Amino acid sequence: MQFSASTLPLPKRLLGFFAVLIALTAAVAVVGIILGMVGNFLANGGTHVTWEFLTEFPRNSNTEGGIWPALAGTTLLVMLMTLLGVPVGTATAIYLTEFAKQDSWFARSVRFAVNTLAGVPSIVFGLFGVGFFIQFMGGNIDAAFGTSSFGDGSLLWSSATLAVLTLPVVIVSVEEALRAVPRDLREASLALGATRMQTIIKVVLPNSVTGILTGSILAVGRGAGEVAAILFVGVTYSSEVLPSAVTEKFMHLGYHLFVLSTQSPDVEKTLPLQFATTLVLLGLTFLLNLTAILIRSRLRKR
Amino acid sequence: MAKDLQTKIAAHDFNFFYGQKQALFDINLSIPERKVTAFIGPSGCGKSTFLRSINRMNDLIEGTRIDGNMIVDGVNVYDKEVDVVTLRRRIGMVFQKSIPFPKSIYENITYGLTLNESRTKAELDEIVESSLRRSALWDEVKDRLNHSALGMSGGQQQRLCIARAIAINPEILLMDEPCSALDPISTAKVEELIEELKDTYTIVLVTHNMQQAGRVSDYTGFFLMGSLIEFDRTRTIFTSPSKKETEDYITGRFG
Repeated sequence: MQFSASTLPLPKRLLGFFAVLIALTAAVAVVGIILGMVGNFLANGGTHVTWEFLTEFPRNSNTEGGIWPALAGTTLLVMLMTLLGVPVGTATAIYLTEFAKQDSWFARSVRFAVNTLAGVPSIVFGLFGVGFFIQFMGGNIDAAFGTSSFGDGSLLWSSATLAVLTLPVVIVSVEEALRAVPRDLREASLALGATRMQTIIKVVLPNSVTGILTGSILAVGRGAGEVAAILFVGVTYSSEVLPSAVTEKFMHLGYHLFVLSTQSPDVEKTLPLQFATTLVLLGLTFLLNLTAILIRSRLRKR
Repeated sequence: MAKDLQTKIAAHDFNFFYGQKQALFDINLSIPERKVTAFIGPSGCGKSTFLRSINRMNDLIEGTRIDGNMIVDGVNVYDKEVDVVTLRRRIGMVFQKSIPFPKSIYENITYGLTLNESRTKAELDEIVESSLRRSALWDEVKDRLNHSALGMSGGQQQRLCIARAIAINPEILLMDEPCSALDPISTAKVEELIEELKDTYTIVLVTHNMQQAGRVSDYTGFFLMGSLIEFDRTRTIFTSPSKKETEDYITGRFG
């Protein structure tokens, strides 16, 4: 018996050929779009991304100088966001996978909430931040402690808002990581007389560190590029100094880009700055993703 | 069962349900202390379910329910007062797949030891060595105790799992098809080990391999479709079973 492809009728072979061709075209198109985009930014703004550009404050109403406060502000923002969001997200994921009865009313509600949260437009999170964090929490803190710095937009409330926004990303990826830990491994631990909590801490979590890190970094990637959600909760278009406390306002790369392209007295003049800022924002996101991939492959090897 | 034997585990009208589906029907039996008891039967007959009911591993599966009594040392393990963690410390378990933790050989052995009490390094060293010696693994791994357990061969991994289970000094050792993934040489080593361990532990073994049941066990129970058809001395089961189903299974007419 022979197994040559020519035994297939011609129409079928043609169909197969076109299917592959379409899939390939789509794949090439995706790569092409990304390359085209990056190429465009590189060509227009590449020469502007200098050490001075990264480390200097903007001058002359944002039409000259660098982006240092925006770069630093974005970094601080995502760091604080991770500190606030990842523990909450991880705890939720642990509850959902390890403790909740899968078909219980409560677990289903939590899952529904997480899925809904993932689909909410980011501007709504911004409004939620104003209402809940700034007015309700901040207002109450100020009233209770006699301070005045919490009832206004700040790095803290922006981070908190973004933490809520990225919560679904963290929860879903950590949940996946926890589920990937084989049931046998848990049983082996429990059979040795470990409690559920000991099993989670000593066996499940160490085996899902990669997933938790990936989730955090994905969240950071999502949070770093988010502008709409922080519009009302603490970002500022210009700052002479870096924030010295979490209750101060901050600059942000994405928002800075928006300001440069729409609010500048001379938009034409800022074009190279815009391209360069975009490039930095892209670079930052790319760097974060790269870190995620490196961490993952390193941990996987162990 | 001979009168001079102490009963270690006893089931009285024990029923088990996965949701609506009943998996065990009115099981009654007494497992003697410090003997090897084997459960045989075709796949899905309930022998593993019964084994896992002894240390309440089935509690972890949602929607399961039991009825009747499972008595270990005179206490019903399903009583409300029974602390399942303490219970499992007294009943070691070895699974079908060898599943070392992705830690070093040393840490695998000490895992159960350091959960609830602190021990000195010297104590731990000693227990690690004795557990590995008892599971006939010491000479093979003594120079690489700090290497990952995942680098061991399949047979070594399974013996490590046995070492890990006996390190916490249980009274009962449950083995759920411990050799089904092992080659003949590793299987022989594990069987040899079972032979040695039965002086100290009450061993309950589930196996697909009838020859293995014949070789290593003192008592054998035959399960079929959730019922315990026959339970007797292994020699009796294999030479003159009293039930036709048992004979059919032993002689390979089905299953």
